[in-house]
Amino acid sequence: MYDVAIIGCGIIGAAAAHALSMYSVKTVVLEKENDIALGATRANSAIIHAGFDPEPGTLMARLNVRGCELAPKICAELDVPYKNVGSLVLAFSEEDDKTIRKLYERGVKNGVPGLEIISKARVLEMEKYVSPEVTGALYAPSAGIVNPWEYALALAEVAVTNGAEIRLGSEVKQISRSGDGYIITTASGTVSAKYVINASGVNSDTLHNMVATPAFTVKPTRGDYYLMDKAECFRAKHTLFQCPSNAGKGVLISPTVHGNLLIGPNAVSCADRERVNTTADGLDFVRNAAAKTIPDINYRNSIRNFAGMRANTDKDDFIIGFAAPHFLDLAGIKSPGLTAAPAIAEEALKLLAGDGLLLEANPAAVHTRRKLRFKELTDEEKIKAISENPLYGRVICRCETITEGEIVDAIRSPIPPVSVDGIKRRAGTGMGRCQGGFCGPRVLDILARETGLSPLDILKDKNGSYVLCGETKTGGAKG
Amino acid sequence: MRYELIVIGGGPAGLAAAISTHKNGLKRIAVIERDREAGGILNQCIHNGFGLHRFKEELSGPEYAGRFIDMLRDTEIELLTDTMVLSITPGKKVVCVSPAKGYNVYEADSIILAMGCRERTRGAIGIPGDRPSGVFTAGTAQRYLNLEGYMCGQRAVILGSGDIGLIMARRLTLEGAKVLACVEVMPYSGGLSRNIAQCLNDFGIPLYLSHTVTDVRAQNGRLCGVTVCAVDEKRHPIKGTEMDFECDTLLLSVGLIPENELTREAGIEIDPRTNGARVYENMETSLPGVFACGNVCHVHDLVDYVSDESERAGKAAAEYVKHGEASGAALEIKAGSGVTYTVPQHIRPGNVEKSADVFFRVNRIMQKSAIVLCSGGAELARFRREHMAPGEMEHIMLPAALLKNAQGEITVSTEEAQA
Amino acid sequence: MKELICIVCPRGCHLKVDEENGYAVTGNSCPRGEQYGRNEIKDPRRVLTSTVKINGAAYRRCPVRTSAAIKKGDLFNAMKELNGVTLTSPVKRGDVVISNILSSGADLIVTKDM
Repeated sequence: MYDVAIIGCGIIGAAAAHALSMYSVKTVVLEKENDIALGATRANSAIIHAGFDPEPGTLMARLNVRGCELAPKICAELDVPYKNVGSLVLAFSEEDDKTIRKLYERGVKNGVPGLEIISKARVLEMEKYVSPEVTGALYAPSAGIVNPWEYALALAEVAVTNGAEIRLGSEVKQISRSGDGYIITTASGTVSAKYVINASGVNSDTLHNMVATPAFTVKPTRGDYYLMDKAECFRAKHTLFQCPSNAGKGVLISPTVHGNLLIGPNAVSCADRERVNTTADGLDFVRNAAAKTIPDINYRNSIRNFAGMRANTDKDDFIIGFAAPHFLDLAGIKSPGLTAAPAIAEEALKLLAGDGLLLEANPAAVHTRRKLRFKELTDEEKIKAISENPLYGRVICRCETITEGEIVDAIRSPIPPVSVDGIKRRAGTGMGRCQGGFCGPRVLDILARETGLSPLDILKDKNGSYVLCGETKTGGAKG
Repeated sequence: MRYELIVIGGGPAGLAAAISTHKNGLKRIAVIERDREAGGILNQCIHNGFGLHRFKEELSGPEYAGRFIDMLRDTEIELLTDTMVLSITPGKKVVCVSPAKGYNVYEADSIILAMGCRERTRGAIGIPGDRPSGVFTAGTAQRYLNLEGYMCGQRAVILGSGDIGLIMARRLTLEGAKVLACVEVMPYSGGLSRNIAQCLNDFGIPLYLSHTVTDVRAQNGRLCGVTVCAVDEKRHPIKGTEMDFECDTLLLSVGLIPENELTREAGIEIDPRTNGARVYENMETSLPGVFACGNVCHVHDLVDYVSDESERAGKAAAEYVKHGEASGAALEIKAGSGVTYTVPQHIRPGNVEKSADVFFRVNRIMQKSAIVLCSGGAELARFRREHMAPGEMEHIMLPAALLKNAQGEITVSTEEAQA
Repeated sequence: MKELICIVCPRGCHLKVDEENGYAVTGNSCPRGEQYGRNEIKDPRRVLTSTVKINGAAYRRCPVRTSAAIKKGDLFNAMKELNGVTLTSPVKRGDVVISNILSSGADLIVTKDM
């Protein structure tokens, strides 16, 4: 019997597990995929929003501002790449000028620190590649950028180190009440728990409906992105938004913590909650919209396109509350969910404690996580690292300078990866301009060696995504 | 540790350059190779057709590399394998790491850059759709099949008609896979005609020119099909021409990009057209004593020309170490009409003994045409060509006497005979 | 009349070969093209390049090729012969793996020291 079962290990489930792991609470996290953070958490704008967008008085407003305040501290503790770059909402018309004024006032009400309306001249001084059509901007110095999947991984890894259990490949099929708690039937077996947290992203309505009458519907929205080579990163120093509309915050251009440039997303409602394909129309839209912000982006420097799914719902706010006794929804966590995650976790703990969950400090809890990033070491540290482990002297990913030692570290991390992309998310291999063309086969080889699996069983990503389909010279030749 | 020459990269360019420098009198030479053996990409190019110019034989890639590795072994040149160069400094210090020797900084009197190139990826060409497994660059698939012995799929479509893609069409077919189509966005193939004949036609694999892949579909995480469309003159897909192929593999052979991260970080000038360093007649970059050759400088069609070019770079590095910097004013070599780039980008006539080699590519297929060299409004020379194609490198030799007549710059352009 | 692309040089001439008329070749630009065109219709041949299994080497496959061109129609049969071969390191460039493969007169040889 677990005290708490968390359904879903995206950024929200991971943040909840992390928060709970600081207390002596027996927690299990149920994740349907073969790795954590494979939903909205791995494909989004990677922004820590300042908090001027949400309507004052909403959960979104309060938790966004709080999450933005928490992010730098948590990221420092957990060794997660974070940069306080600040954001600009650019105005291009009188209408826009009014909008940024309104956002400013909203932000002040929400308690966003340091907001400023700045002049065209100041914008162009801060961002010299922005279109000269710009008329001014709302500057939010507290905004930042983060590596979203490493954020989730770090939170979940610390939770595991502190005793939480993560069950991958455990899609929830059925939930039934049993005394004070629940019995949860999953693809990998049955789990009973006194409390359940529903953090299942685009499927949060389905899970809610297993124990309660329908109260909301997820309306997933897909968005396409361009990820640009580091050679393009000089074009933006801050996260650059256009004025928001009903469709969302619009197409942004932002530096990433890895030194790339991210451009997107568009917003397309879709029926299929799982399929995150990019489309020619979506990518065209993103390019055209981005040109308004920065006219001269060189798309020859694109290294990857991807699409992500936002768990938008038919409600305007996050849906945080008990769906049934001891069953807590953390549902409809759309943007700014990544930012709000640690604040949502705080909120969840408060609600669970109010509902009778005993929170006694976990005396063995660790709060920090450290990771060796070879390329960031000083010369002396590099010498020392290789002398202690020669594998740090073998560079496998040339584009990002990731060593075999870091790949082996990833394979031995608290939530071991089972796929080439799992290593990419942990070690950073294949993130660069060759996109794993050179290092992919070597990463696959190392993963097979370290896990004892056959290379034929190594996956690229989710279950079913095998890389190789057989051996040569086994009689396959046909006339 | 101090060397007279450090060569970065032990592929065909690095090997030929190091051997040539040694022949020209240098002794303290190191070749730094990131892989566990020398030979570079030739090790996985097991097909034949290498060495026709140099050895008058049709060798396979490993055989061609093997001959140079043997030559290197007969010298005192040091080969540092499993070693990655992290950076080079403008003061010609080379920072590298290896599991065996750890972190080291070597000093060099001269450096030859020979890091080769990498393949363009799906992201660079922006193919929409799902992002499943089963989409490989042709070179990655080649490594899996030829070195590791694994099949990357059973039913394949190949996008791009570059030579590696064509070669892989044949390799996959011989290993029992079905190659459904080769799709090329341009109206002509990017590969050699002989490869179209012996890799596609021999096996009845259709080539769709002026077509591209417009959608990629996944089933359970693996590629299950692609959509191919005809394109108009601006290379935009034409609605209504969609063809669906059921396949588990998409190979991309859509171009090569010189790998110049080290070059850029060292502050060496890059030519945006070649994506390689801007070089002088002796393959010297904007940083005196640092030379570039092979595919890191510009993408070649035949390895034989890589070897020739690298030998010139090697000889020049030896000259530099023995006699110091080459001097004299430089003439700019400009790419004119029909020409996409030239290598070298500038020539110091005072440093040319007999003649200077100029390589370039044309931007379309041309029959019965002429290469025209102009300077200061006057025509300097004219070379006739029966046939030129973007997939093939063109070469002309400019005699020292001709260079003396040039003023400031020389423009290389093409003139096509009217049909 | 058969049409084919000459593979002798990069120029890629479009040849026509008249097999009912003494294999007369047209469309060629050189004598080598004429010879290629005639052979290609009468007795087309290709060099086979492939790999065989190898134990104890850095990689699991060793590259091989035929020492001369073999009948084009024999390519797949030759591939089947290769399936049964497993080498053991060390091997040297030029080592014969299968002599006179499929009675073609050509040997299958190793192309890399492993």
